[in-house]
Amino acid sequence: MTTSTAPSASGTTEVVLEADGLTKYFPVRERGRELLSRTTRSVRAVEDVTLRLHRGRVTALVGESGSGKSTVARLLAQLYPRTSGEIRLHGEPVDVKGGKRFRAYSKRVQMIFQDPFASLNPVHTVRYHLTRALKIHGNAGRTPQELEDALAALLTRVQLTPPERYVDKFPHELSGGQRQRVAIARALGADPEALLADEPVSMLDVSIRLGVLNLLRDLKERLHLAILYITHDIASARYFADETFVMYAGRVVEGGDSETVTQRPAHPYTQLLIDSAPDPDRPAVQEKDGGTGEPPSLIDPPEGCRFNPRCPHAMKVCAEKVPPRFAIGDGPGHFAACWLYGDDLSDDDKVQLRGVEVR
Amino acid sequence: MTDAVLEVRGLNVDYGLGDDAVHAVRDVDLTLHRGEVLGLAGESGSGKSTLAYGLTRLLPPPGVIAGGEVLYHPDGGDPVDVLRMTLPELRRFRWAETAIVFQGAMNSLNPVHRISTQLTDVIKAHDPRGSSAARLARARELLRLVGISADRLDSYPHQLSGGMRQRVMIGMALALEPKVVIMDEPTTALDVVVQRQILRQLVELRERLGFSVVFITHDLSLLVEFSDRIAIMYGGRIVEQADSADLYRDPLHPYSHGLLNSFPALRGPKRELTGIPGSPPDLRAMPAGCSFHPRCPRALERCGAEVPVLGNPAEKRDTAHVAVGRRSPTDRTVACWLHPVHHDGL
Repeated sequence: MTTSTAPSASGTTEVVLEADGLTKYFPVRERGRELLSRTTRSVRAVEDVTLRLHRGRVTALVGESGSGKSTVARLLAQLYPRTSGEIRLHGEPVDVKGGKRFRAYSKRVQMIFQDPFASLNPVHTVRYHLTRALKIHGNAGRTPQELEDALAALLTRVQLTPPERYVDKFPHELSGGQRQRVAIARALGADPEALLADEPVSMLDVSIRLGVLNLLRDLKERLHLAILYITHDIASARYFADETFVMYAGRVVEGGDSETVTQRPAHPYTQLLIDSAPDPDRPAVQEKDGGTGEPPSLIDPPEGCRFNPRCPHAMKVCAEKVPPRFAIGDGPGHFAACWLYGDDLSDDDKVQLRGVEVR
Repeated sequence: MTDAVLEVRGLNVDYGLGDDAVHAVRDVDLTLHRGEVLGLAGESGSGKSTLAYGLTRLLPPPGVIAGGEVLYHPDGGDPVDVLRMTLPELRRFRWAETAIVFQGAMNSLNPVHRISTQLTDVIKAHDPRGSSAARLARARELLRLVGISADRLDSYPHQLSGGMRQRVMIGMALALEPKVVIMDEPTTALDVVVQRQILRQLVELRERLGFSVVFITHDLSLLVEFSDRIAIMYGGRIVEQADSADLYRDPLHPYSHGLLNSFPALRGPKRELTGIPGSPPDLRAMPAGCSFHPRCPRALERCGAEVPVLGNPAEKRDTAHVAVGRRSPTDRTVACWLHPVHHDGL
């Protein structure tokens, strides 16, 4: 195992895993006449996603269902082959298709799935699940005692203490939160550098979600993990993540420091998302009616910015050209892929597509 | 108490019979007032859905109603006990008086029938005399009511998005202008943006048509925003009941407090949150006394021994914050030994 790039000076900003122009199209099954035509249709699930995971930091990827956020995680975990783009681990491009190289990769990049009820095998005990992870990734030690110690250490790390109370349990004997902790322990069994958590708490009861998030944060700090936190709940991204990226219809529309993105959202979609999130403190009067429409079909997405059919500020250029990332000057690394922040637009580009509707 | 439309008294629901029975809902007292949105919050297994099915008599076996009464007050009529209705009575009562929108309602539509067929079926079943043209007109009106253009009548469910299917379900529930609509996690499967659209519409419809809503969800932050009153369930019992604003500002039960502190805030200062330690109780092996005491940070010795009764907390009665035009503070109840119940000739 070689590490190509030297750790950067600060240590915490070292990039562990990065995606550059990541794109994934899923082919659509063709029927009838389509079979005869040349063009193949595909679902453009993820397009041109660029993001970096830093050592010891949590990066959140927020979006609605169908926005492609889980696909990004699976691409990063090398569970799907990508259509184009590049994934780099410590600056080294990686492209694995199963086999030994996949195993070597997955030792360093592990994934946690949404549903701990489905991700653990119901006929096996906690011991089996964890032992398997430890053995596959060569962390089981040489003697049975070393294995036992490693198991106990893993369970302690995810706060399932005392370990002997949990190690011989079956998944059905554990609560949802405990099961997710076992799934996290299993991921840690590989001793990874990066953890891809795909909605790790959305299946859990409200009162225990924070316990699991706090655990992940604690692990990040102690083990200096780079964590990708995928969620639909932007409030939890603010709470848990250092950096937040917002996805809409397969593209990253905004990103930056979590506090900046949630407090001063720049992209109209992020603003809509934040206005829609339940918030008891919301002043009841300021109900804006921005919430019309639904995400577009990804088989035939709109030209230009994919949010333009729903956007109250849409201009002519929005329906023609895909907006690049424009830096917003109010926070470190804060950017929005929105023409509103482009400065050299012609007057023709700026023609409003629709009057701002007030219903 | 005036102006109640649905009153639940001492409702008990078990799954199974005899000693093995699991007590999913225990001694629930609940009043739904005319025109209000009552939120019912709780975690999975707290009995909130069972309660809804119990009071509509839709419990699938092995669910059994072990006791209690559910009084429905029709407009200007004498109250009737839903639990004692005969089957024909029940058939007339359902949908016309109370309608229910199920969890995952997106999947409750029949995939092989058009929306129009499914909507007119409901109307036909309850009013077989009308003409089919009148029914179709009504179906069109219902779709318009929930914000779907009428040309969608001929669509099949798979041609609609999740949010639209959910709206169709709400429209269908309102087909016979019921007085009470029970919604069991109606927006859980939807995205936040769509969720907000639907809830806003629901609030609007309620103001226009004047029905009452029992809104069941695990998302307390949503309830605080959208409902008038909130009842919180834990381990099959209601542990606290209060005006939304009061509950949010000043939760009395430690569980309510913990639940409110489980939602990270989107605005304001960032705080370290802890959630609630431990796991929800297993209904098959309920702890003695207050079922929350093993997780409660403020548990007393008494909590492990005696079940606290739901009642008006004495301290709130004296320091009553009697807001003008609001219901009296006696409407606030809590079941916790930290807040001794005020007894007066009740």
